[in-house]
Amino acid sequence: MSDISPVLWQFLVKWLTNFALFPPEASRIAPQMDALYFFIVLVSLVGLTIVILLVTSFSILYSKKRHPVAVQIEGSTLLEATWTIIPLGLFLVMFVWGALIYFRVYTPPANAMNIYVVGKQWMWKAEHPGGQHEINALHVPINRPIQLTLISQDVFHSFSIPAFRVKREAIPGRYTSVWFEATTPGTYHLFCTQYCGTEHSHMIGEVVAMSPDDYKKWLASSTSGSSLAQNGERLFASLSCNACHNTRPDARGPSLANVYGSKLRLSTGQTITADDAYIREAILSPSQHITQGYAPIMPTYQGQISEDGVIALVEYIKNLNSDYRVQQTTTTTDLLPESEGKAAPAGQTSAGKGMVNQ
Amino acid sequence: MSTTIVTLPDQSTARIPKMNYLSKENGLLSWLLTGDHKRIAILYLISISFFFFIGGALAGLIRLELLTPQSDLMATDTYNKIFSMHGIIMIFFFLVPSVPATLGNFLIPMMLGAKDLALPKVNLLSWYLYIAAGILALYAMITGGVDTGWTFTTPLSTHYVNTNVITTGMAIFIAGFSSIFTGLNFIVTIHKMRAPGMTWFRMPLFVWAHYATSILMVLGTPVLAIALVLVVLERTVGIGVFDPAKGGDPLLFQHLFWFYSHPAVYIMILPGMGVISEVISTFSRKRVFGYTAVAFSSVAIAVFGFFVWAHHMFIMGISNYSVLIFSLLTMLVAVPSAIKIFNWAFTLYKGSITFETPMLYAFGFMGLFTIGGMTGIFLGTSGVDIHLTETYFIVAHFHFVMVGGMLMAFLAGVHFWWPKMTGRMYPEKISQLAALVTFIGFNLTFFPQFILGTLGMPRRYASYPPEFQVLNVFSTAGATILGIGYLLPVLYLTWSLKYGEIAGNNPWQATGLEWQTQSPPLTENFVELPIMDHEAYDYEWLERQKEKEVASVG
Repeated sequence: MSDISPVLWQFLVKWLTNFALFPPEASRIAPQMDALYFFIVLVSLVGLTIVILLVTSFSILYSKKRHPVAVQIEGSTLLEATWTIIPLGLFLVMFVWGALIYFRVYTPPANAMNIYVVGKQWMWKAEHPGGQHEINALHVPINRPIQLTLISQDVFHSFSIPAFRVKREAIPGRYTSVWFEATTPGTYHLFCTQYCGTEHSHMIGEVVAMSPDDYKKWLASSTSGSSLAQNGERLFASLSCNACHNTRPDARGPSLANVYGSKLRLSTGQTITADDAYIREAILSPSQHITQGYAPIMPTYQGQISEDGVIALVEYIKNLNSDYRVQQTTTTTDLLPESEGKAAPAGQTSAGKGMVNQ
Repeated sequence: MSTTIVTLPDQSTARIPKMNYLSKENGLLSWLLTGDHKRIAILYLISISFFFFIGGALAGLIRLELLTPQSDLMATDTYNKIFSMHGIIMIFFFLVPSVPATLGNFLIPMMLGAKDLALPKVNLLSWYLYIAAGILALYAMITGGVDTGWTFTTPLSTHYVNTNVITTGMAIFIAGFSSIFTGLNFIVTIHKMRAPGMTWFRMPLFVWAHYATSILMVLGTPVLAIALVLVVLERTVGIGVFDPAKGGDPLLFQHLFWFYSHPAVYIMILPGMGVISEVISTFSRKRVFGYTAVAFSSVAIAVFGFFVWAHHMFIMGISNYSVLIFSLLTMLVAVPSAIKIFNWAFTLYKGSITFETPMLYAFGFMGLFTIGGMTGIFLGTSGVDIHLTETYFIVAHFHFVMVGGMLMAFLAGVHFWWPKMTGRMYPEKISQLAALVTFIGFNLTFFPQFILGTLGMPRRYASYPPEFQVLNVFSTAGATILGIGYLLPVLYLTWSLKYGEIAGNNPWQATGLEWQTQSPPLTENFVELPIMDHEAYDYEWLERQKEKEVASVG
């Protein structure tokens, strides 16, 4: 071995010991997607082999030396129909199989745990329901469906976990979602795969899949003291949302209790389901989302709340299961220290008629 | 020399014809003000080769940076600019005009038996627009470059970068008009300038492929122009079409952009397919198997090509049902390509095959395009696309189609028609070697990238996790070999301009009308108006012609 240069030797050792050809399968969907992947690999290999065999055997059999005079042939409808219909049939199988997997990846089950992820130049910020924040990391329990609700604060980003075979674009101004169920504990790559500017290649992190027990420990050790909904509740109060959205009989805005998931009739006559996206839109451009029977008096909060803040509000409103919670918030406002009320951008809570003037 | 060159004249007495399109007028002005489609083709050939080597040098820098996992050769910003400029130059200044503006320009009138394109001045204008656009793009590159990627994704390009987006955008806008004019010229010429007897189904498949390409150019490019103007307006006056804060939709840009840029892929590959049809027929001395199917598959690709653009956006939050439709249409557009591959393979059946350089490149094309096409099916399959999109799998896929396909076809065509364009042969042995080197270098460069993509390595990364290094080293090594493969033709083709053997009218014994006149051709192409009295690729007709000549002389 002494005659091999050390650099080359190192390279060879690295090659032999670090020879990855296929990413780990660490989620429920991964083996299903890989089955289809290998099916297409197989079809491709067969197709390529046929083409190579045809070209080389014809080249040998009908080279000018062996076959000096060409025989003119117009074509053959039968043969041409064969190589039209067989590929078409195979492609259609792949289409159906692929569509089944696609719908599975982007249709989260109802019992999935929701984690919000905000992408911004150049980091990923995850907001857990328990109030835990993470930057460029995502801790998840195994064997439990996790739904990610993604949004970008600036440009397009894309949240990719190759080991789980999932990926979803984080789009400015719109929620997108994807779900997965991790199966093997471990640490996996997290990439931003949509080119997003200077530090695109540094917008990476890790996804840590943990056993439920470890996950509980992690949750306890990284708590910030209040849950995401509680953060939202505080914001709800400090922005004086409750001045109108309360349960008083003379309330100027509709009560938000149980609003999440319900069907709303808008002043335009449209009926709409109040989901995450709707609540976000209603906060940022309220004039286009007036519930029937209410005056269009709500000011826009565009530019006043960060995406993180909107997420906290959405999470809070999601969890408003009864008027009792709103009542509580109303009382909380009165207890709010003066300083916190002023810290909010439009936090003038003029008694009773707390409309935000901006 | 190879034994197939049947009529290569005796070298001691052979002369290049005194009167030809090259010798007719001299001086720089006679070139810059020419209306001759052949001279414009040569102008294009020189200019696109220039841009190809700039784009190639940028590719070399990309591969050098990726030799190591850290971004150590250059800052990430520089890397971003380099891959952006590599894409912009290679796509808009090399691939789109490559075959149509050079070989298409030179050959379409000759194949149809016409004196020139229908609109010679528009043809020259298209070259000037191309040059203006090229200079603007180079200016943008030298004065700071652009780092949006060739895709100009909003809102990154409109609100978040501070580089020469407007200048580059305008350069592409102008280059777009150059390509619209070329397409328009071809459509008019093919409809109106065919020689007597040249019916639609007697046209060479090269012309059919260019007809399909021209339709794509004329209908698709304006949409790109609109998208770019909107980006410029968004940057300068903030009209807000793509800005969610003003009620715009950032996804709209992608719809507009890909509405051009997917058909653009076919603009880039269809003319190459035309070249392959000519080359395979000539060197197997056989009519292309299923002429009509191959002709219509070009048109089918052009038509379906307009309805698959959203397959670039499967993970971007378009509705699941539109994913369904676009995935299905993508499967349909793949079928005509499969038809073409099998028809070419069966053209060889019972032929009388020889293996000159153009044929070697054509074989390379068939292998690499099959891989490129099949990996397109991976990406058209919506479920698998989730994992593979935005990774090196995409990079490998489109390089197999664009470089393995189109560039191989371009080189096949340049070698094939070199004797016609210059009157001299290229040196056979070294060019066969170059074809082989290109093939090996190409596979070594781009095949490892399929594995990298499957492993999840994202594209457009200046640095990457260390476990991907080994495959990247292979890729960079391959790129070095590939670079040599591309430099060789420049050297020996230039050499052959002076020292190449005299080719004669029809060194390959090909049937196209372009071969039935002198090389290099007269400015008017033909001495008398040709009359097409036989089908395309009729080798028996060619034999009878030769017998007639012998009879009349002897």
